[in-house]
Amino acid sequence: MSDKKMISLTIDGKPVSVPEGTLVIEAARQLGIKIPHYCYHRGLGNPGNCRICACEVEGAPKPIQMSCRTIAAEGMKIHTSSPNARRFQSSSLEFHLDNHPLDCPVCDQSGECKLQDYYMQYGLYESAVREDKLHKGKRIPIGPHVMLDQERCILCTRCTRFTAEVTKTHELGVFGRGHREVVDLAPGRALDNAYSGNVVDICPVGALTDRDFRFKVRVWYLDETESICPGCSRGCSIYVHTNTKRPWHNEGRRVARLKPRENPEVNGFWICDEGRYGHKNLDEHRLGRVMRLKPRPEDLSWSAVLDEVAREIKEGSAAKGAEGLAVVASGMLSNEDWASFNELFVRTLKIKRFLFGPEPDQIGAEDDFLRRKEKAPNLRGGLELGFGREIKSLSWDELAKSIESGQTWGLYVVERDPARAWGTARAKALLERLDFLSFQSPFKGEAGDWAHYRLPATAYVEEEGHFTNFEGKAQKYSKALEPLGLARPDWQIFDDLRSRFMEGEGSSGRREKAGALA
Amino acid sequence: MAMTVRPVERPARTLKEQIFLWEVWIGLVVTFRHLFVNLARHVLRALGLNVEPGAVTIQYPEDPAVLGKRARTRHRLLKREDGSPRCTSCLLCETICPAKCIHITPEESPDPRIEKRAKTFDIDIGLCIFCGDCVEACPVDAIHMDANNVELSSYTREDMIWTMPELLGDVPKLPRALRATRPASGVS
Repeated sequence: MSDKKMISLTIDGKPVSVPEGTLVIEAARQLGIKIPHYCYHRGLGNPGNCRICACEVEGAPKPIQMSCRTIAAEGMKIHTSSPNARRFQSSSLEFHLDNHPLDCPVCDQSGECKLQDYYMQYGLYESAVREDKLHKGKRIPIGPHVMLDQERCILCTRCTRFTAEVTKTHELGVFGRGHREVVDLAPGRALDNAYSGNVVDICPVGALTDRDFRFKVRVWYLDETESICPGCSRGCSIYVHTNTKRPWHNEGRRVARLKPRENPEVNGFWICDEGRYGHKNLDEHRLGRVMRLKPRPEDLSWSAVLDEVAREIKEGSAAKGAEGLAVVASGMLSNEDWASFNELFVRTLKIKRFLFGPEPDQIGAEDDFLRRKEKAPNLRGGLELGFGREIKSLSWDELAKSIESGQTWGLYVVERDPARAWGTARAKALLERLDFLSFQSPFKGEAGDWAHYRLPATAYVEEEGHFTNFEGKAQKYSKALEPLGLARPDWQIFDDLRSRFMEGEGSSGRREKAGALA
Repeated sequence: MAMTVRPVERPARTLKEQIFLWEVWIGLVVTFRHLFVNLARHVLRALGLNVEPGAVTIQYPEDPAVLGKRARTRHRLLKREDGSPRCTSCLLCETICPAKCIHITPEESPDPRIEKRAKTFDIDIGLCIFCGDCVEACPVDAIHMDANNVELSSYTREDMIWTMPELLGDVPKLPRALRATRPASGVS
């Protein structure tokens, strides 16, 4: 980058210098000038077929040039909104709208549709077309996640290029010719690759819409928060789109959809379908009450339950030995959670036996693009504190054996469901042998019913924190929603619990902090 | 929400206002002016003279209310020629509604020519401010405010909610228990 020659040019009277080989449209973006475009996408190249990114190059023999096909040259003078450029842009848009059905009121894309946006800016408003609009296929389900509407399509070929260049699966193609050209599936194929949802994001119009999101909520009701996908250890940057203002939409769920957020260092422009639709459970089987479940279910306050948990750990350790207490955790913890986890269980309680490895319940599909097999976002954050290095993870079988032999009398489970690793019947039998089981999680799971104490934690959309991905990049995720019920972030629960073990050790500052947060 | 408080000074009463008699007298003058002016107008019109008509008292509610031609009254949903609701569930009325009294849930239509339709369409008349923005916003002329119904009171807040069949005129509006508009977000 730095050894490249810099080129100086003027766009709309503003000087800018860019590295050699930069496209005019990118140089304009650097200046904050937005040139309309459909086919050009930074992740997909520049075929130059939509003809709307026209700009005027002063002094060129043919002054109207496509800014996505023109490479910046020294001394170039570009006008992006001169009368000539504007006229070209308007005429291109007129062609795009020629057979467009204009069903914006029922189109899911409306509100984030480039055709709508540019029509408001460059539209000619009066239709010059006297003929009937050409009818093509509508609402064709082309895959498990994507719905195709050929009438709305403007043939920018972003989707076909995505399947050809990014996933290399070639499901989509352009068929027919002239005004009868359509985007369609290759014969006998379905758009069912692991990244199919991305074609919905890159489609600048409503031709490809999300079947999952279809009619759920209008996009202008949504709020957007920057976050990190918790689906695997890749840690793709995402936007969380939440619907809280109109709770009767989206089937009452607060998270409406996840969208990829551009991050050239991790995920580029894309996310996988697994991560994209991984938000469904965020409002289901959630914990919101602080409870002691045995001998009979009873609601407690946070301070009461933490006092009791601390007392059980102290008494149990004194009577049966501290080595009989094991902790189950996972890479679902944020860096902040891991730090407090480490303080509590390693530094303060001196516990030796931890289970945090992803096998087998947090292992899934993997490929050489984005998906990683560890389906937990932050194993690396634990690794950096020694979990997996100095402290080895038990396997579920080892833990089961130690419970069966009576060696383990107590278990503290954090954001994980033993029933998924052991199976329901075995997990129930094993967990009921324990004298102490504390279950701290956003989700009830199956094991939530067999615990002695059940502590509600926040899900990643309800807290702020950092995940460190497998490459060691710590990335921040922001709070998109309010916690449900009494749920608290894991780190706060660990800190408050730790303050119960700090009696008379000059820990007042720590306790005050915990108290202020309580 | 931040509240703005603007102190308003009370005007002091003068002696003339304090004794009330003068103000009572002014009130009586107004009343009797109306009486005699209207009496004169009715008499003169009865004699065939073309003067302005006198005021008429309507015995509402015994007599029906007389509404202006452009009066915005209770909403009405319109139907297509085949009898299905015109509403395409685009949610523009719901979006524009300043009182947020319109709740629509869309669904897929079984008719292949129709993309989207309303599964439920509820208007909470108790929240409605009768601004008419929903009528303006509708791109398919599916909602009008011309049911000429202004007697919309009920004994419960729930009964102020009008559902789609009622707004379409398919079923009469009867008091009834309300459906839940939102699935309970069960936390345990």
